[in-house]
Amino acid sequence: MKKIQILGTGCPKCKKLAENAEIAAKEIGIEYELEKITKINDIMKFGVMITPTLAVDGKVKIAGKVPSVEQLKEILK
Amino acid sequence: MRILKWLLLLMVAVLLWGLIYWNLAAFGRWFTYSLLNLRQDGHLSSAVEFFVFETPKVLMLLVLIVFGIGIIRSFFTPEKTRKILSGKSETVGNILASLLGVVTPFCSCSAVPLFVGFVTAGVPIGVTFSFLISAPMINEIALVMLFGMFGWKVAGLYMGVGLLIAIVAGWILGRLHMEKHIEPWVFQAKMGEAVQEDAMNWEDRIRYGLNAVRDIVSKVWIYVILGIAVGAGIHGYVPQDFMASFMGKRAWWSVPAAVLLGVPIYSNAAGIIPVVKALLEKGAALGTVLAFMMAVIGLSLPEAIILRNILKPKLIFTFFGIVAAGIIIIGYLFNIVL
Repeated sequence: MKKIQILGTGCPKCKKLAENAEIAAKEIGIEYELEKITKINDIMKFGVMITPTLAVDGKVKIAGKVPSVEQLKEILK
Repeated sequence: MRILKWLLLLMVAVLLWGLIYWNLAAFGRWFTYSLLNLRQDGHLSSAVEFFVFETPKVLMLLVLIVFGIGIIRSFFTPEKTRKILSGKSETVGNILASLLGVVTPFCSCSAVPLFVGFVTAGVPIGVTFSFLISAPMINEIALVMLFGMFGWKVAGLYMGVGLLIAIVAGWILGRLHMEKHIEPWVFQAKMGEAVQEDAMNWEDRIRYGLNAVRDIVSKVWIYVILGIAVGAGIHGYVPQDFMASFMGKRAWWSVPAAVLLGVPIYSNAAGIIPVVKALLEKGAALGTVLAFMMAVIGLSLPEAIILRNILKPKLIFTFFGIVAAGIIIIGYLFNIVL
C-alpha cells in the first residue's frame, strides 16, 4: 500500500498532477491511497517551497512540475 | 551517445527555426498584397500585415526563448536560492535576491510557500520582498520580446530599471520593520528538511526546457494572439501621433494614469508587448509605456489576493504603494531623459 501525497493549494497544475498520478498508479496496478495536502503549514513540513509537489509515503519525489504519466509510473514503481 | 543524438536534433531544429524566422516579413507582405490582394497603404492592409507578420514571429521567439531560459532555470531551484540568501546581510541580500529573482523558476501561485520558506530560513523580510518584486516583473519573456521587437537598449533598460526597483523597494520595506503586519503563523511555521534534488544530466535539462515550452506556450498563446490583434488594430487604424496628446511626454499625468490602469489589468508579458509596440509607433512616450508595462506585469490583483494569506492589508498596500511609486518615478525619468 503506497501513500501518494499531492502537495498544493489547489491550483490547476495540482489537479493535473493528482489526475496523472492516479492514472499512473492504476496502470501499474499498485495499491494506493491518494492524499491531497492543501494547507500551507502542512506543505511546508515537507521542506518544499514550490507547488505542485508529489510525495510518496512522506518523501518528496518531484517538486514544482507536473510529470507525465510515464515518468510517474517510474516514480511509483 | 544519446546526448549526441539530442544535440543533432537541436541543431536541425534551430536551423529550421532560423530559416522560417528570417522569411516571415516577406511572407507577411506576400500574404497581404498578393494573396489577399489588398491595397498598399490602406488601414486594413497595414493591420493585416502587422498581424500576419507579428503572430508567427512572436510565437517563434517565444518558443526559442522559453526553451533557452528553461535550460538556464534547470540550474536553479527555490531551495538553492533560499540557501544562498539565508544569512546574507540586508543590502547585499537585496541585490542578490533581485538578481536571483530573474533566474529562479517562479510562479505567483507559489508566492506564499516561498515567502514562508524564506522567512523561516532567516532571510530578512526586505530581501524576501526584493525577490518577490523582481521574480514576476523581470520576466524572461518580457525581456526577450523587448529585445526582439525594440533591440537590446530597451531590453537592457527594462532589466536595469526592474532590478533597481526591486532592490530599492525591498530595502525600504526592510527599513520599515513591518514584521507585525505579517500573519503570526508565518513565523511559527516549521519548515521540513529540504529535499536533495537528484543531479540533472544534459538530457534532463533539455527535457526540462521542452517541458517549459509546452507549459508556457500552451498557456500564453491566446494572450499573444489577442495582444497582436489589438496591436494590429492600433497600428492600422489609429492615426499617427494620436497617442502623443495623452501618452506623450507633455501629458504629465500620463505616467501615474498608466500605472493605475496597469494594476487591475492582468496580462502576461507576451500579450502586452505587441500592444506596447503599436502604442510607441503612434507617439506614446517610452517612459509612460514602460511604466504601463511594469504595472501590468509586476503588480497584479491576483497576486495581492494570494499574498493576503500571509500579509495583513496594511503591508500589502505598502508593498504595492512603494513599487507603484518606483515605477512612476522611473517613468518620469525616462520621459525627461529620452
